[in-house]
Amino acid sequence: MKHLVPEFDVLRRRFPAGFESSLVLPCIRRIQEDRGYVADSDIDGLVEYLGVPRIQIEEVLSYYTQFRRKPIGRWHVETCRNVSCSMCSAERLMAHLKGKLGINPGETTPDGRVTWSTAECLGSCGTAPVMVVNNRYHENMSIAKLDTLLGGLD
Amino acid sequence: MPGKPLLMTFPVTATSHTLADYRARGGYGTLVKAISSMQPADITKEVSTAGLLGHGGAAFSAGRKWGVVNLNDRQPHYLCANADEGEPGTFKDRWILENAPHLLLESMLIAAYALQVRHAFIYIRGEFDVPYQRLAAAIEEAYAAGYFGERILGTDFACDIVAYRGAGSYVCGEASGLLSSLEGKRGYPRNRPPRLTVQGLYKRPTVVNNVETLANVAGIIANGAAWYKSFGTAKSPGTQLVSISGHIATPGVYEVEYGYPLAKFLYEDCGGMVHGRKLKALIPGGISTKVLTGAEVQSVTFDHQSLSAAGSSVGSGGMIVIAEGTCMVRLLQVMLRFYHHESCGQCTPCREGMGWMHRIIDRVVAGEGRAEDLDRLIDISRWNDGNTICGMGDAAGYATIGILAKFRDEFEYFIANKRSRFDGNLECLRSS
Repeated sequence: MKHLVPEFDVLRRRFPAGFESSLVLPCIRRIQEDRGYVADSDIDGLVEYLGVPRIQIEEVLSYYTQFRRKPIGRWHVETCRNVSCSMCSAERLMAHLKGKLGINPGETTPDGRVTWSTAECLGSCGTAPVMVVNNRYHENMSIAKLDTLLGGLD
Repeated sequence: MPGKPLLMTFPVTATSHTLADYRARGGYGTLVKAISSMQPADITKEVSTAGLLGHGGAAFSAGRKWGVVNLNDRQPHYLCANADEGEPGTFKDRWILENAPHLLLESMLIAAYALQVRHAFIYIRGEFDVPYQRLAAAIEEAYAAGYFGERILGTDFACDIVAYRGAGSYVCGEASGLLSSLEGKRGYPRNRPPRLTVQGLYKRPTVVNNVETLANVAGIIANGAAWYKSFGTAKSPGTQLVSISGHIATPGVYEVEYGYPLAKFLYEDCGGMVHGRKLKALIPGGISTKVLTGAEVQSVTFDHQSLSAAGSSVGSGGMIVIAEGTCMVRLLQVMLRFYHHESCGQCTPCREGMGWMHRIIDRVVAGEGRAEDLDRLIDISRWNDGNTICGMGDAAGYATIGILAKFRDEFEYFIANKRSRFDGNLECLRSS
């Protein structure tokens, strides 16, 4: 994570003095964008850079759904399955996705191409069902749109 | 349009979210007025007199919350906009973040001036992509124009702002959990007292307001409390952004003036039910508010008093429309799975209770329900109520009790016959 320190320094200037602890979440997010996951060496680096206890970083990593300690597939497909999406065909969409990918939610295709996760409400209920692929929203999904989307994931 | 609008007053175009367009609509003029001609206490008084209520779910008076902050206590005060928007069915703050980010920023500057805040924050849920990009771009525009930083508009007023991204925790939408997260920790809610306006972020007085609540401040200061009170009803002044979804013809975000008839909103403004189905039930303000039956909806107006009299609440304005033929057992299963997933684990009744309720409803849906299961769900709900730090466990209980009180026969049918009374789908596939 050392090469990200200049970026962290810029971020730090927007926070009041003494708010180093607050930088834990944004730094982890940036590290994960860069590496794809958070490695042991990243935790060591953050402990040194921010001066926060290691346990705080471990707690944050194990608490928040979006953070991960292991690599995932090249494409991270997330399907919302909360109330409004379920009421607008998310369950059918997920059954189709399962058939197409041959995996269950939480798993990665054997070729390392796609990791599929389920998500709870993504704040997109008016354009349900919603899917997220590598952090980008895809709204008003249908089986046909899903097939097109999957075709573009190389 | 369901009544007169306060926020959705301009056409949304490809550039309506930019600083140039916002200025062309008179944007940041109210900030000039506030800083140059008003004392901080005058602003809080105006917001109080306007009767502005919280728009995130609890409907607490914004003026009363602000009034707790002591302007002469010689310590830092903080302000935080709650843009976590995680309550299922809610996507209304997203409209402000995407289409009117500068209205939020100007309102926050006015609030920061009123509360003598040097550092303000916007806590935005981690999944939001476009809303975050729009907000981040607006913040850079506002800095470049001199609205943030030192010596704002040539005065001694100084304020910095940070858009802080969450990372996928529902509980961080609760104000104290939000502040724990903003301190770079797990989003654990905290016991009150002390109130957050006494000891909040890093133990300093902190005001946490919902995005929409704050967005109304600029209008109130520009036009006065009396003008704001000319919208809505005597006890529910103003409007609410309602995000409507589910089995409704034209889902989306609508601004509803308080006091507007709910049935008229559904059938005239939102195009009625999909496939011409009948309305079976309605969740008025996010899944944590109690469900109303189709019959109950007919006589309700959309405001705090009428919805409260009907046994529910405005909540977060996340309205979910449920058509006749939808299986309420399956619906409750989705809801309890969600609450189980989101329990932060701090308090035993919620940590254990949510899992227990989830296992019971899964068993019922699997056709292995037992006669005592429904009363057990109600018991667990009651054991949670008031026994946890935050309201999440309570809310899951209210939602469960609400559905069981009105649709118990469906659950009994499911247990007795090992299948849904309907086709078991939550999706509304065709006309009945």
